[in-house]
Amino acid sequence: MIEFDPTEEQELVVETVRQFVENEVRPAARECDEACEVPRGLLDQAHELGLVANALPESVGGGGERNAVTQCLIAEELAWGDLAIALSIMSPSLTALPVADFGTEEQQQRVLPRFAGPNFTPGSIALVEPRFDSDPFRPKSTAKREGDEYVIDGAKCLVPWLDGDEQVLVFASEEGRAQGFLVDRNSEGLTAEAEQNLGVQALGSVELTLSGVRVSASDKLGGDAGVNMPALVARGRVGLAAMGVGVARAAYDLAREYAKEREAFGAKIASKQAIAFMLADMAIEIDAARLLTWEAAWGLDAGRDALRESTLAYQQVQRVALQVADGAVQVMGGHGYIRDYLPEMHLRNARGFAMFEALTLV
Amino acid sequence: MTISFDLAENSVLAQEHYNRIAREQMRPIARDADTHEHELPESWVEWYWLHGRDNVGDVNAPSDGFIQVCIQAEELCWGDAGLYLRTPTAALGGSAVAAAGTQEQRERFLTPFRGSGHPIWGAMAITEAEAGSDAAAIQTTAERDGDDYVINGQKIFCTAGEGASQVEGGFVVVWATVDKSAGRGGIKSFVVPAGTPGMELVGLEKKLGIRASDTATLRFENCRVPAANLLGSAEVKKRDSKTGDKGFKGAMATFDASRPIVAAMAVGVGRASLDFLLEELDRQGVSVRFDAPPSELTAIERDVIEMIGELQAARLLTWRAASMMNKGKPNNLEASMAKAKAGLAVTRITQKAVEILGPPAYSKKLMVEKWMRDAKINDIFEGTQQINQLIVARRILDYSSSMLR
Ligand SMILES: Cc1cc2nc3c(=O)[nH]c(=O)nc-3n(C[C@H](O)[C@H](O)[C@H](O)COP(=O)(O)OP(=O)(O)OC[C@H]3O[C@@H](n4cnc5c(N)ncnc54)[C@H](O)[C@@H]3O)c2cc1C
Repeated sequence: MIEFDPTEEQELVVETVRQFVENEVRPAARECDEACEVPRGLLDQAHELGLVANALPESVGGGGERNAVTQCLIAEELAWGDLAIALSIMSPSLTALPVADFGTEEQQQRVLPRFAGPNFTPGSIALVEPRFDSDPFRPKSTAKREGDEYVIDGAKCLVPWLDGDEQVLVFASEEGRAQGFLVDRNSEGLTAEAEQNLGVQALGSVELTLSGVRVSASDKLGGDAGVNMPALVARGRVGLAAMGVGVARAAYDLAREYAKEREAFGAKIASKQAIAFMLADMAIEIDAARLLTWEAAWGLDAGRDALRESTLAYQQVQRVALQVADGAVQVMGGHGYIRDYLPEMHLRNARGFAMFEALTLV
Repeated sequence: MTISFDLAENSVLAQEHYNRIAREQMRPIARDADTHEHELPESWVEWYWLHGRDNVGDVNAPSDGFIQVCIQAEELCWGDAGLYLRTPTAALGGSAVAAAGTQEQRERFLTPFRGSGHPIWGAMAITEAEAGSDAAAIQTTAERDGDDYVINGQKIFCTAGEGASQVEGGFVVVWATVDKSAGRGGIKSFVVPAGTPGMELVGLEKKLGIRASDTATLRFENCRVPAANLLGSAEVKKRDSKTGDKGFKGAMATFDASRPIVAAMAVGVGRASLDFLLEELDRQGVSVRFDAPPSELTAIERDVIEMIGELQAARLLTWRAASMMNKGKPNNLEASMAKAKAGLAVTRITQKAVEILGPPAYSKKLMVEKWMRDAKINDIFEGTQQINQLIVARRILDYSSSMLR
């Protein structure tokens, strides 16, 4: 039967995350953005909630409760706090979930335990490429087999790069098919250059250059079977869609509260239809985008290849997040444009959904 | 409870059942019914009355409840929205009786719709020449006279108004004021049975679309109905009374139940257009890729992906509003969200389909132009786009109707 209410357990998780976000994330958002950094203490604190570890297999010390809908609920709540902090908190997923989904038994045992352990260990995925036609299914970066090794060449960008882990999951084309490779961060031939981007400044992402980087054949994700890219991309899109909904909701909340306070021409601006209707449309679009996201996540949980649904959701969210964030700046007028207020940050962050593509968060 | 998008088995059966009806009974006569505006589409009306009213699936099996009603509306409007509105049912009038009527009234007015006599219709007459969106501005009066009320005024744009006013057994629910000085508090609704002396069919509108639907002007001249035909309480609460709006609000509350259905109707028309577009593109060897980078997508692919997403967004908002009704949760906000989204999304989708398919779609040889005409009404009746935006805005801002008009 069709059902739109989360389980009680999920509601509890959401409530816990929301409190954390209100107490810890939201107050830190502006400062993190300006400093281009998320304090380690905040990530350690978030780690205690076990948001990623719960989703990892029990065999590696995780909670064994993988559920895409739950991860979407978490992702939305965190991103409602702040997108860059949310991505940082969830970053262990970026390496851990693809390994859990596609890794060989040996890879799972080798890689996953540290993400399920007591200390926060950030993960990292390098999928997006610094070009207008970046394509997760057909990366321009290449991986060539040479004996027991692969040699990887190419360039990647928007790669989350928090201190504390020594690996990154790099995607490159092997004989025309995208595959993942577990690459040591200090490999010869690999250089990481800090990025300065329009948004998600606190994420501390890098642009990677790989020239003749060598990894062992056993580092190819999934071994001979490789990676099911449509499934990986679908998961990436769904999680990001959930975060986009969170960003939109954050911007909308600010705009709505502001509109109820601000007066012009002797009345609250919210009592003017031009403003009220913008807010109404924001509310409608946010709910619609969330439902599409849930449907895609539910499809993943049902074991389907939800590439189509996740793409639909992600497409809608890209539009909605940007439109709502832009609308929030507009509703607040000049005040929306200055950095004393947050809408301008949401607008910068929201534009990123057009390129993040497949950060595997669920 | 857990979030799920799995349709109940009965809903799947309903989808198949009503889709077959749409394909076999509606589509073949849709163009003809559109061309012969104001003619009764007899084959549809008779067929539905004989075969269309049966329950689908096992009535005791788990059900998506009100969502299944939305599915029915979607499938039948995928068949033809005009014919759907011409279907012999109690329609909006029935919703009003079901929502505000007593047990006795429900039995008296709704039972014939399950009976074996001839096909009959129900209708709802609120709109007047000078009162559309502002329903509280209606001028039609109902004056108490002994055991009766005497109704005077003129209603326009009454869907199914010809059938409901002319064919014995049907009825029109008429909104009228019993006390103009009381404002909204004086507005009541009355069941006027078909053929009641004083209720006159003045004419039928010629329309952009849904031409198979009879949109009637009805005149009421000393039209006398028993006081027992008044729906809800007869008591008039004055303007200044805190609960003064109760009766009016109660009447407006039928919209919370009907707006998801109108949204579902919209989705049905939109899907008709989109299904055809996808089939046609496929026939022309144009595929829509979900795994191509944005830089490689053609303009058509981008448009189509957007259209599919918008349609599904509208459908999910609709189902959510319906699902809340199943649980008895207030859904005023969600019903208007669904209606606003669906009305606009489908208006755009059907217009875009004509654009993408080009000159052949502009021609009446195909149905695409018709779906564009049919779709537009969904952004107008049961609260225009703007009225539903108003309702959403008031809810999210926690504003009364006087704070945001
Ligand atoms: C085919 C058809 C079938 C119909 N069926 C029925 C029926 O069965 N029963 C029935 O009672 N009625 C029916 N209607 C009437 C329909 O509900 C009204 O047409 C509709 O409510 C709008 O009213 P109006 O046409 O008077 O437009 P108006 O109310 O004059 O509106 C004109 C424009 O002003 C906008 N507007 C109005 N008020 C506001 C506001 N406060 N803020 C912002 N914008 C505003 C509207 O959105 C619209 O764009 C039908 C109409 C049609 C065309």
